[in-house]
Amino acid sequence: MTTTIDPPERRETAADKLRQGRHAISERWHHAPRWVRWVLLVAVIAFFYALPNKEFYQYLGPIPTPGANFTQVMFTVSIYVLLAVGLNIVVGFAGLLDLGYFGFFAVGAYTVAVLTSPSSDLKTLWPWLAVVAIAIGLTMVSGVMLGTPTLRLRGDYLALVTLGFAEMIRIAAVSSEFLKGQRGFNQIPHPPGQYADGRPWFGVLDARPYYWLVLTLIILVVIGVRNLTHSRVGRAWISIREDEDAAQLMGVPTFKFKLWAFASGAAIAGLAGALFAGKQNFVNSQNFELLNSIIILAAVIFGGSGNIVGAIVGGGLVAYMIERFRGIELFGIELYEYRFLFFGLVLVVMMIFRPQGLIPNRRRAAEFKDRRKEVIVGE
Amino acid sequence: MSDTEQTPAVPAQAAAPAVETVDKREPLLEVDHVTLRFGGVVALNDVDFTLYKGEILGLIGPNGAGKTTCFNAMTGIYQPTEGQIRFLGQKISGKKRHQITRMGMARTFQNIRLFPEMTALENVQVGADAHHKTSVIAALLRLPRHWKEEREGREKAERLLEFVGISNRMHEFARNLSYGEQRRLEIARALATDPKLLCLDEPAAGFNPAEKEELLQLIRQIRDQGVTVLLIEHDMRLVMGVTDRIVVLEFGKKIAEGLPAEVRDNPKVVAAYLGVPDDAA
Ligand SMILES: Nc1ncnc2c1ncn2[C@@H]1O[C@H](COP(=O)(O)OP(=O)(O)O)[C@@H](O)[C@H]1O
Ligand SMILES: [Mg+2]
Repeated sequence: MTTTIDPPERRETAADKLRQGRHAISERWHHAPRWVRWVLLVAVIAFFYALPNKEFYQYLGPIPTPGANFTQVMFTVSIYVLLAVGLNIVVGFAGLLDLGYFGFFAVGAYTVAVLTSPSSDLKTLWPWLAVVAIAIGLTMVSGVMLGTPTLRLRGDYLALVTLGFAEMIRIAAVSSEFLKGQRGFNQIPHPPGQYADGRPWFGVLDARPYYWLVLTLIILVVIGVRNLTHSRVGRAWISIREDEDAAQLMGVPTFKFKLWAFASGAAIAGLAGALFAGKQNFVNSQNFELLNSIIILAAVIFGGSGNIVGAIVGGGLVAYMIERFRGIELFGIELYEYRFLFFGLVLVVMMIFRPQGLIPNRRRAAEFKDRRKEVIVGE
Repeated sequence: MSDTEQTPAVPAQAAAPAVETVDKREPLLEVDHVTLRFGGVVALNDVDFTLYKGEILGLIGPNGAGKTTCFNAMTGIYQPTEGQIRFLGQKISGKKRHQITRMGMARTFQNIRLFPEMTALENVQVGADAHHKTSVIAALLRLPRHWKEEREGREKAERLLEFVGISNRMHEFARNLSYGEQRRLEIARALATDPKLLCLDEPAAGFNPAEKEELLQLIRQIRDQGVTVLLIEHDMRLVMGVTDRIVVLEFGKKIAEGLPAEVRDNPKVVAAYLGVPDDAA
């Protein structure tokens, strides 16, 4: 007998039930009339545009963060959502384990810093808007440079190399004279635009305009990513995730599409980095701890990978929860200090109840069996 | 061999199309003295045969004879240690796997390898995409080419699912299909790449006789549409019923080649299969 896959009489696991639950929701959504979907979508978007206004969020009970300016928190959350959407392309769709995604965010932020800040050795002092495109371009290039040698290989190489990449960027940021280490870059210009009375749209005190800008860009990016995933490109990505050998043998140029997944993911991180730099006004080496890469990856796992809505929810919830802990004391313990412990716990629980998590376990299996698969003949 | 009394009409039937294809003798695939070693194991030993356009060639042999390895060498998974493989007169070695597919060679797998978390339709669409040219930019901006190819691919996929008889399962995830449906889906996916040569690796493994008969019917239809078929099969009877010619491998060596009736009566083949019942896949 040849080995067969998934015997149909398999026992139902909790993971299956969860999957079915998710399936039921998406079924409902897909069977709802078009206008219902649009109304819901518009309502959700309107809600998030309204969210950072005090007049609105004061009625939302426990949602606003007690320990931090809620509008600032919402900006951070929106950046994480953007990053999760980008990483989801790489990990969720193409199934490439990228452990150093935050490195691309750093490349984007530092590109803006170096080209716009008066503290920079270059002294170019270019405006923010002009540099955004350069930042995105450079992160894409760094993604391609990193991907070209590594994406040809299978297995865990990519995870290691990306991890190394993020760490390299961080160390460069800490120790290179050019990148200014702890001192960092200040007076990074804000995005352009001003009101009739001369006040800028994007000031220092009010984080709302930045949040709205990021929210708008998230919507555009999601439309773009959706277009890709609902096309030949997305099918190629998923087929690579599901079975890379079979994909190649069905005519998918897998290396090319993996590189595209990597480059698109990097571009989105670059955009996020540029937005972050434009808002913060200040960039230094402390902004780019390795932990951030892990948080985003965890967010994608948490939300359900390979699903754009999942990534948005995951990125948003994870970033929000971390901030939500600020200023909460329990038995004299400041919960914020233990945020990652809690976070790890949540992930462990997730892994127990949804072990196939973000990288479908089939891929895992494929890595071990890989080519030998063809030879395996039972009995 | 214990099956000589079965299906007496088959050899005559199979011989008829062979004569007409043999007349044309236009080579499609040439396996030219191929040797393939895995360390000490010689999986293929100086294997040499030619596949002609329009025929159904059976590749048979006991377990571990090197049949699947032969497919893997043809489709670019392994490089032959010695010898070469030519498809449409062009050398296969050095070509990327997806290029070989685009040249017109498609295959199925002995151990089903679908994309489990994609629907049946999407699985076939991936095959159809083999000849699509929509770029990432065109997909991102939804340029006309995207819409055109998307529509084409979808129609083709629907047609092929209809053809293999599982169009009612179109929107089901591949992992949820029954075993037989998965086998059929693999064939549809391979056909979507517009192959000139379709290689089927034990497509009837695990099938009951009725299902096998349906599959034979399907293979004949595929051939009638102008696709050449290379069929790996364990079940001698199945091979006899559908193939024009047969190549027999044993321990990586070709031990016989010829019309089904000739091969069946070949003492070497009988010896190779001795004690191995037909359906012990
Ligand atoms: N990747 C590999 N590494 C080592 N040995 C292999 C590999 N692939 C096939 N073989 C060996 O080659 C021989 C032929 O195998 P295979 O082509 O799968 O046989 P068949 O398909 O005819 O049953 C077997 O002895 C098998 O163990
Ligand atoms: Mg085999």
